[in-house]
Amino acid sequence: MNGRWRRAGVVALTVVGLLAAWEGYKAVGPVDGASLGGVRLLPRADDRSMPHVGEVLGALARPEVDAPGSRTVGVAVLTGVLSTLRLALLGGVLGSAVGLALAVLMQRLRLLEAGLLPWVVLSQTVPIIAIAPLITGWGGAVRLGPWAWTPQASVVVIAAFLAFSPVAVGALRGLQSAAPAAVELFRSYAVPWRSQLLHLRLPAARPYLVPALRLAGAQAVVGAIVAEISTGTRGGIGRLVIEYAQQATSSPARVYAAILGAAALGLLVAGLVGLVGAREDRRAAAAVEVAA
Amino acid sequence: MSSTRTTPGATPAGGPGTAAAPAPGGPAATPAVEVRGVVRRFGAVTALDGIDLVIERGELVSLIGPSGCGKSTLLRVVADLVEPTEGEVRVGGKSAHRARLDQDYGIAFQAAGLLEWRTVAGNVELPLQLHGVGRAARRERARELLDLVGLADFARHRPSQLSGGMQQRVAIARALAERPSLLLMDEPFGALDEMTRERLQAELLAVRAATGCTVVFVTHSVPEAVFLSDRVVVMSARPGRVAAVVPVRLGTAERDDAVRATPAFAASVVQVRAALRATEAPR
Amino acid sequence: MRRARGSGALLLAPVVVALAFLAAWEALVRVGRVAPFVLPSPTAVLASLREVGAQVLAAAGATGLNALVGLVAGTALALLAASLAARVRVLREALVPLAAAAAAIPIVALAPVFATMYGATSELPRRLVVTLVVFVPVFVNALRGLLTVDPVHAELMRSYAASGWATTRWVRLPGALPFVFTGLRLAASAAVISAVVAEYFGGLQTGLGSRITSAAANSAYPRAWAYVVAACALGLLFYAAALALERAATPWRRAGTG
Ligand SMILES: Nc1ncnc2c1ncn2[C@@H]1O[C@H](COP(=O)(O)OP(=O)(O)O)[C@@H](O)[C@H]1O
Ligand SMILES: [Mg+2]
Repeated sequence: MNGRWRRAGVVALTVVGLLAAWEGYKAVGPVDGASLGGVRLLPRADDRSMPHVGEVLGALARPEVDAPGSRTVGVAVLTGVLSTLRLALLGGVLGSAVGLALAVLMQRLRLLEAGLLPWVVLSQTVPIIAIAPLITGWGGAVRLGPWAWTPQASVVVIAAFLAFSPVAVGALRGLQSAAPAAVELFRSYAVPWRSQLLHLRLPAARPYLVPALRLAGAQAVVGAIVAEISTGTRGGIGRLVIEYAQQATSSPARVYAAILGAAALGLLVAGLVGLVGAREDRRAAAAVEVAA
Repeated sequence: MSSTRTTPGATPAGGPGTAAAPAPGGPAATPAVEVRGVVRRFGAVTALDGIDLVIERGELVSLIGPSGCGKSTLLRVVADLVEPTEGEVRVGGKSAHRARLDQDYGIAFQAAGLLEWRTVAGNVELPLQLHGVGRAARRERARELLDLVGLADFARHRPSQLSGGMQQRVAIARALAERPSLLLMDEPFGALDEMTRERLQAELLAVRAATGCTVVFVTHSVPEAVFLSDRVVVMSARPGRVAAVVPVRLGTAERDDAVRATPAFAASVVQVRAALRATEAPR
Repeated sequence: MRRARGSGALLLAPVVVALAFLAAWEALVRVGRVAPFVLPSPTAVLASLREVGAQVLAAAGATGLNALVGLVAGTALALLAASLAARVRVLREALVPLAAAAAAIPIVALAPVFATMYGATSELPRRLVVTLVVFVPVFVNALRGLLTVDPVHAELMRSYAASGWATTRWVRLPGALPFVFTGLRLAASAAVISAVVAEYFGGLQTGLGSRITSAAANSAYPRAWAYVVAACALGLLFYAAALALERAATPWRRAGTG
């Protein structure tokens, strides 16, 4: 307990220290930065490039546009975060479900694993996210029955695809991690594959799923934000970052407020995944105690 | 206290260092290891409770007992890897700490603990390299030692390419690298199959005959303890104490596999077993 | 015999899957089930790749250089920070939670503010983004490696009365290498991905990311896909290079029981 407070204190001090360094640089740093051989190496310290910390917090309370009844920047950021959160969660859950299902199939069918796994693994090393601007064109062009493709669908698809591969790879590794002796035991019971999956392989995969889901969550957030930017989907925090960045001359603090929102979104999703992880940790701890 | 100081019956009288007439207080008379009133606690657990043990030079002593009785802790106290809570340990007349700094002992554990990024020869050379021995001398010594443990052909292999028994032999060669007068071994053959185990036991006796070093050997196995030892120290658990010291007398002949079939061997095994049983008796 | 044929089938499977996938894609577009502007056919992408090959290469060079500079800088910083954090507890307590938080937040969103801080005509903002993205996995893995010492090795070094530095030199650093390379492997792909994505946030129009957006904006979809193909190739190149470096630096990890 004591150690936990101490660590929280250290983190708080670090954050304060970073903010102080920001203000410190603003105080002593060259207003136009510093260049070496034509390359600016130190950033500009003027209020447009680096607004005061208080300025950023103050911006949250100011109205978004100069008109009566305008919502504040803070409300806009919150709305954007919630909108993107919805898309990222939808994509993350969808991608994770498909990833898990595919892992189960690959575990069952050796040939499927051989054919697909290399591509799933490779897909993590290439910028899949680069196709985001290309599926913008699907809006209005693709329809499935009464449902027409919306820009939101592009965002969800990108988020889902990015979440899918870590879950597929992690879950497959987990399903295959069941001890060979235990697999032989289940074979000796002559129970159907479903029982083996339910009582042996899925429980064995649980510890592998938590880090995979953590990665999937972070990927879904990045995917949703980048997809919003490149598809021009309005209403989300990603789009807000771009919009506010374009207003940098008049209100430089706003883009920072939007970035804070994006960071909060990432932490929020990580926290949600962490809840699942904490349950898993408690189970693992309990299991160790029983074994000891 | 003096009850544990038994004159070693089967110690070869001609071991180096014991050949000279014992001069009281002179270096030749100093025991290899003296453990006096050692207590070691880990929090609420008393791992060692008042251990007295004297091991003469050239002796091979086994520590045996139920698991958790403090065998490893006792060995680590001698090696100065664990500090005693109370009591004193002297190694070759020095403090255990001094002996460690002077590299007076070599040590091998149950896990071979080889550095996987070094070759077999590189692992054997490690202590020599750490203590500033030149490259050529290191090479030469590693070659000798690998010859000794029968791994001359594997000098350039990686540890991961070796079987468990071979890795353990490398660890033993490494422990012998600096010609220590004291060899400390914590269940070094514990994870090996019976055949490999018996072969390595014979190798250990050959090494000891060739170098005359003192050996403290932790084991779980009664036949192993009897086959190897001059004396078997039987320990009891919770708290860890010396329950009995069984001298082993198998005759003066060299010990080979034939010894395992002799009545003297069987008698010693029975004796050690009885001492072990007694430690389990409900108090 | 059966075994050999079985493993041959397993080796062929990914190739078959890829060919089938491309063939199905091509067929769908050809028969007109999918409009070319939704998804251009693979042959159209290939043709366009041939046509604008020189521009694609130049763009890949610009993005690749950003990724490389960021990768090197981020790795160097991460290794420095990890070796300090491995020694100083307070630093560890400060940096580990921050790195965990950084792993969860979309770092690329910083691209626009770096652009105002350094000017939109500089590649530096993107390189900074890549540096930060790379820092996280390398730092986390390197620190884990430096803090993980086999207890038997630790005891052995103590029995040798080895100094702290000798233990670091002979046990801690070599033992940490595999961890460092795990981090570097992750970072190599992340460097390319973030270098491409950072271009979506505006700035210089030199790299693959900005070419993809401008081609898409002009409805030149086959050309846009050609740049995507190049981005994937660049990602694979970085990943393969990291893998090769790892194999060269940790040869003992390949020497299994043959
Ligand atoms: N580093 C340690 N920290 C806490 N307890 C320890 C430690 N080392 C040993 N013990 C405890 O001391 C007792 C003796 O352990 P050990 O010497 O390893 O026994 P043995 O080798 O005979 O099996 C055990 O109860 C063990 O749990
Ligand atoms: Mg032990």
